Amino acid sequence: MKTMPSSPTVRRRRARRARNWQGWLFVGPALLFVGVFVLIPLGQLVAMSMTDRSLLGGGKFVGLENYEKIWNDVGFWRALAFTAEYTIVLTPILMGLGYAFALLTVDNTPLRRITRTIVFLPVVIGLGSSSLLWFWLFDERVGLLNKLLVDLGILSEPMVWFITAQRAFWAVVISITWKVVGFGMVLFIAGIQSINPEITEAAVVDGAGYWKRVWRILLPLSRRILLLTTLISAIGSMLAFDQFYIMTSGGPRGQTFTAVYWIYQNSFVSFKLGYGAALSIVLTLIILAFSATQIALTARSAGK
Amino acid sequence: MSVATLVSTARPLRVARARRIPPSAYIVAAIAVAVCAIMAAPIVLSFLASIKTTADASAAPPRYLPETVSFESYVKVLNYQAGLATYVFNSGLVALITIGACLVVAAPAGYGLARYFMRGKEIAFLILLSPIMIPYQAILTPLYLDFAKVGLVNNHLGLAIVHTILQLPFSIFLMRSSFEAIPREIEEAAIIDGCSAWTRMTKVFLPLAVPGLVTVALFAFINSWNEFLAALIFMNRETSFTVPILLVAVRTGKLGAVDWGALEASVMISIVPCLGVYLALQRYYISGLLSGAVK
Repeated sequence: MKTMPSSPTVRRRRARRARNWQGWLFVGPALLFVGVFVLIPLGQLVAMSMTDRSLLGGGKFVGLENYEKIWNDVGFWRALAFTAEYTIVLTPILMGLGYAFALLTVDNTPLRRITRTIVFLPVVIGLGSSSLLWFWLFDERVGLLNKLLVDLGILSEPMVWFITAQRAFWAVVISITWKVVGFGMVLFIAGIQSINPEITEAAVVDGAGYWKRVWRILLPLSRRILLLTTLISAIGSMLAFDQFYIMTSGGPRGQTFTAVYWIYQNSFVSFKLGYGAALSIVLTLIILAFSATQIALTARSAGK
Repeated sequence: MSVATLVSTARPLRVARARRIPPSAYIVAAIAVAVCAIMAAPIVLSFLASIKTTADASAAPPRYLPETVSFESYVKVLNYQAGLATYVFNSGLVALITIGACLVVAAPAGYGLARYFMRGKEIAFLILLSPIMIPYQAILTPLYLDFAKVGLVNNHLGLAIVHTILQLPFSIFLMRSSFEAIPREIEEAAIIDGCSAWTRMTKVFLPLAVPGLVTVALFAFINSWNEFLAALIFMNRETSFTVPILLVAVRTGKLGAVDWGALEASVMISIVPCLGVYLALQRYYISGLLSGAVK
């Protein structure tokens, strides 16, 4: 019996199936990379968190002892609370100022284009560089920010910024605002642009003033970008390390340790790797809640 | 799209009703100028401090402008410890390997995800995005111990691997979008012409995905050049510091006294490559930022 010649659709489907397994050849190396350098270390981290391993040796299984210790680790909870405070204070400043700058520069005039470029410049420089730059500006002896504040009559004499936790906190907030405000601005400009201009034009015809249009049209219609940017920014703040390591060194009296800094301190300064691993897992779980929301939001919008 | 031309196609937000310029326009312009001045000031002042003499840079109270122009501070940084050249080489090599690894791993992965319909593709994509959900700060300890065993600590490749982990989700996401944007007809034509999968990718898709590749390379460079925590942990020998770690070393200085001029000179050296690359490739940077964050 002769086999029936397969129909064009069947042939095409077969051809597609034949070449679909080839997709794995392309995706495989990336999966291998993530497996070896992310997932296996993650497994090791979980295992390590249940040992008393230090950089000098050890590694006895201790069960959940490290996690119990975290429960009573005042330093960690204080660092976590400080990180949360930092995030809660900084995020609205970044989002509000970012949106204000977006409104200021969204139109396409030469002055606004220049403003946009200048506001965005600090985003591309290193956090280490900007932290050292501001460490210098804030210095009580040679810092030009202090000099400027004195010259303007705002301060009567140069202020020592890193002597109290409160002032150190604000010094970092100011420097980070300068460093990343452009990030939100650019995303918000894109958000405002994606709004159909006919809607704003119609509102103008209806006699809506500028601020009314901002409040009633632009803000509600760029809600998704606002939410996503807020999440990205908040996750970044929750993982803050460089700026505090460089500007405050966790001081004064350990009051400005962030969560990541506390983990670094335990793992690489005190060499308590097992305990540091347990801390890392707790932090990862906290971040996971935020980033899962972010990915869900991104995926939903991509599906639209 | 660059920051500057971001809105070139959009119509102005404020609809011009009359040719007469309202007084509010002057106020808005004044605010824009003030914002520019405030945002630019730290970099400008840092540059001015870097060309002061050592004594002038450490004068208290400080002066805004240098008394005389001097490159003393730059010369000092040039000869700092193992020498600036070593540190720039370290940072540059790590960034270069990171760029290479991101391109070599992310471009095929993005292609596979965009152009093939394998069973379990969605799960593969989620696994590839997992480094976003797991902060790299958390897995640095196990990585450090593993790398120490195989000699990848104080090693350019080792730090580049960590930087690649950081960049990979974004790179794959971006490459996938770039390949998805290429019309299917082009691919079908290539299949009919008898191109193999490999030829299709190298001869048809890669040339069309060049903007995506440039963006991936650009972000890999800037983020690797600037990365601090992993560099601090993995490059802990004086000769293997990267530039950000050098900055902290310069600050710590000798005998506790900070050499402010040298510090600002090294800050300048660390930011100039980023600013240069960004200004040259602004368009790619902004489009990458937008697609990475909101698309």
